[in-house]
Amino acid sequence: MIAELGHFTLILALCLALAQAVVPLFGAALNNRLWMTTARSTACGQFVFVAISFICLTLLFINDDFSVRYVADNSNSLLPIYYKISAVWAAHEGSLLLWVLILAGWTLAVALFSRTLPLDMVARVLGVLGLVSIGFYLFVLLTSNPFERLLPFSPPDGSDLNPLLQDVGLIIHPPILYMGYVGFSVAFAFALAALMSGRMDAAWARWTRPWTNAAWVFLTLGIALGSWWAYYELGWGGWWFWDPVENASFMPWLAGTALMHSLSVAEKRGLFRSWTLLLAILSFSLSLLGTFLVRSGVLTSVHAFASDPERGVFILIFLALVIGGSLLLFALRGSVVARSASFDWCSREAFLLGNNVLLIIAMAIILLGTLYPLVADMAGWGKISVGPPYFNLFFVPLALMLALLMAPGAVMRWKTNELSDLANKGLLMVIASLTLAALTLLIAPVGFKVMPWLALSTAYWVGLWTLNDWWQKSESGRGRWAGARRLRGSYYGMQCAHLGVAVAIIGVALTSYYSEEHDLRLGPGESTSIGAYRFAFHGVIDVAGPNYIARRGHIEVFREDKSLLDLHPEKRHYTVGGQVMTEADIDGGLFRDIYAALGEDLKTEGAWSLRIYVKPFVRWIWLGALLMSLGGILAMLDKRYRRLNRASVGAGRSTRGAVLGAD
Amino acid sequence: MKKARKQRLLLVIFIVVVASLGVGLVLYALRDNINLFYSPLQVQSGEAPFDTRIRVGGEVVTGSFSRASDSLIATFAVTDGAAQVPVQYQGILPDLFAEGEDAVAVGRWSREGVFEAEEVMAKHDEEYTPPEVAEAREQAEKVKAGADQSKRPDN
Repeated sequence: MIAELGHFTLILALCLALAQAVVPLFGAALNNRLWMTTARSTACGQFVFVAISFICLTLLFINDDFSVRYVADNSNSLLPIYYKISAVWAAHEGSLLLWVLILAGWTLAVALFSRTLPLDMVARVLGVLGLVSIGFYLFVLLTSNPFERLLPFSPPDGSDLNPLLQDVGLIIHPPILYMGYVGFSVAFAFALAALMSGRMDAAWARWTRPWTNAAWVFLTLGIALGSWWAYYELGWGGWWFWDPVENASFMPWLAGTALMHSLSVAEKRGLFRSWTLLLAILSFSLSLLGTFLVRSGVLTSVHAFASDPERGVFILIFLALVIGGSLLLFALRGSVVARSASFDWCSREAFLLGNNVLLIIAMAIILLGTLYPLVADMAGWGKISVGPPYFNLFFVPLALMLALLMAPGAVMRWKTNELSDLANKGLLMVIASLTLAALTLLIAPVGFKVMPWLALSTAYWVGLWTLNDWWQKSESGRGRWAGARRLRGSYYGMQCAHLGVAVAIIGVALTSYYSEEHDLRLGPGESTSIGAYRFAFHGVIDVAGPNYIARRGHIEVFREDKSLLDLHPEKRHYTVGGQVMTEADIDGGLFRDIYAALGEDLKTEGAWSLRIYVKPFVRWIWLGALLMSLGGILAMLDKRYRRLNRASVGAGRSTRGAVLGAD
Repeated sequence: MKKARKQRLLLVIFIVVVASLGVGLVLYALRDNINLFYSPLQVQSGEAPFDTRIRVGGEVVTGSFSRASDSLIATFAVTDGAAQVPVQYQGILPDLFAEGEDAVAVGRWSREGVFEAEEVMAKHDEEYTPPEVAEAREQAEKVKAGADQSKRPDN
């Protein structure tokens, strides 16, 4: 019964999504207030029904109802309860249900927190979100129904959850990543609403910015979690592989980052308007492309669970409709919102333009490298793969250039700046950061290398500009504390996120150049030295887990002949599915991680092949991402979004259609 | 031509030149960094280039796997049913690597007739077959079927 109820409520949700899309959009076009006001209620109803549907699927997993194919394929009665729940989104069908649930959640949030928006804007935004929902409901119901029964021959037990996914990181990684992906649908809907109404003023930008920030924060966290999961769960200690699935989440992040920055120009100066709309469309299109790449099975990697061409064709058509439709609207209406004004090349606008150009170039290069193998395969040029050297070759210099521009750009004034002040300060900063970076590498006993020196200098450059700017801006007659408190949330958000970039650069540079990675053969009682550490292998014992049996190694780590810690990496054999998993053991620290994983049993005198890595500063990569997310949250909570929105409602009502003064 | 128009034309030409230079560079770098897949049959028939990063894949031949006693050097052969390629690899093999299972190796085909792998990938779950390996196997079966047919008249 539960499965049928879930299926039924999903169909009801589709019906409500249809109503949510059609009625308000026509209402807005015909200026019919009654039709427009239905948007909020249908959005709430849609969320309730899809939530019931999602709860039904979760109950099916908790109750071990293996007559449902999706449950039988992805769960097992031996699985702990929390993995039974996370198994709901472990594969294609359930993760799409999660996707529509999150889309309905964002829609609900827009419906609830849009009291200050003009009614026609609410109607259009919710209508567009409804259109997107329809596409996804149809996709779930027509090609990937999670409630399909296996009758009359249902299996007595399920075939277990993929052990790679039996992990805390994978419980929270997909929902957070999807929050980010789907969150860009709100910016997309705002962009289409602006195109439809022909109104895109500072108030529009102010409404859109917190939503874009929220989506961006989730996407940042989601990507960082994915990288963190790959680091400790995949068993070879890498944190970024330029795998197509990672690229699929990274491209919307780059476009979304560009969008956040161009939105600030659109708000403060009323410029870059059509470009901002284009970026909003691009960010969401890339999110959809990511779904297509991951979910259609066109890629063959760890993440591609599905391999059904029917689904691929559906997503491709959907993608073509969304991208084609929105670009068509943009072509027809884009000129209505465009506006030009002049600015000096030495101004914040110019630097933000540079930021946008670099981000989009980086995105395009990654897109090319990701899609090229697919195109080559279809065109019959052979089966190829594009390796990390290609991505690193372009991305590393682009990222460093971005960071170099970012620091002075963030402290500049709008319109125009006195070049000589900036140049003098810049020269001082260059010398200071190069010297500090060189000193750091010489004092820390790691040895001097050119690339990490340049990267470290870039990080110091960002840090120095940021701190210097804060120092100047927090100056006030009533003391520094009062001055620091006077600065806005969005200012602190920006600086925090920029420092996050610097921290991540430090992490990436030091890990990439100073990691010691040894794959070696050790017998019981043998030991090896890496840097200041000595690793003694004490052999392997058998242990039993809830749904696996494992061989657990024991590695004792010594520093200067004093026992420092014990590592217990495992090789797990999952009894139901027969999969083998490498469970690394990591001793984490702010300045270095010690990483040990079992390779293979070499079957001679108890010897094993082992991976033993010492990775300095690797955690700074994720720490940087956390700081960036924190920055996004701080900026989102800026008081002015609430205050000014409230103020602009009155103005918006009285001067409907007029452009609100930008500055 | 007016001055403003001339300036705009120059700007457009500049953008076009810079953009095409950029695209050209990117494509050049891409060409250098793609790894083509060759089946064991293609490798043995001399289609694969020497000393270029390529990928080779197939079933790991049963009984072909051996490991040096004092290092992590492993040797094995992969086959598509029609030909075999010996592979040498130093390092830790993936969890699901086994004789009789499919694997793909990335590395260089040396003039000594050994594929020197830098990376070995095995399938990551029970049912998965790398698509290029599946295709190579079909091709090999066709070649073999063709060879059988051409032999038949002699018998």
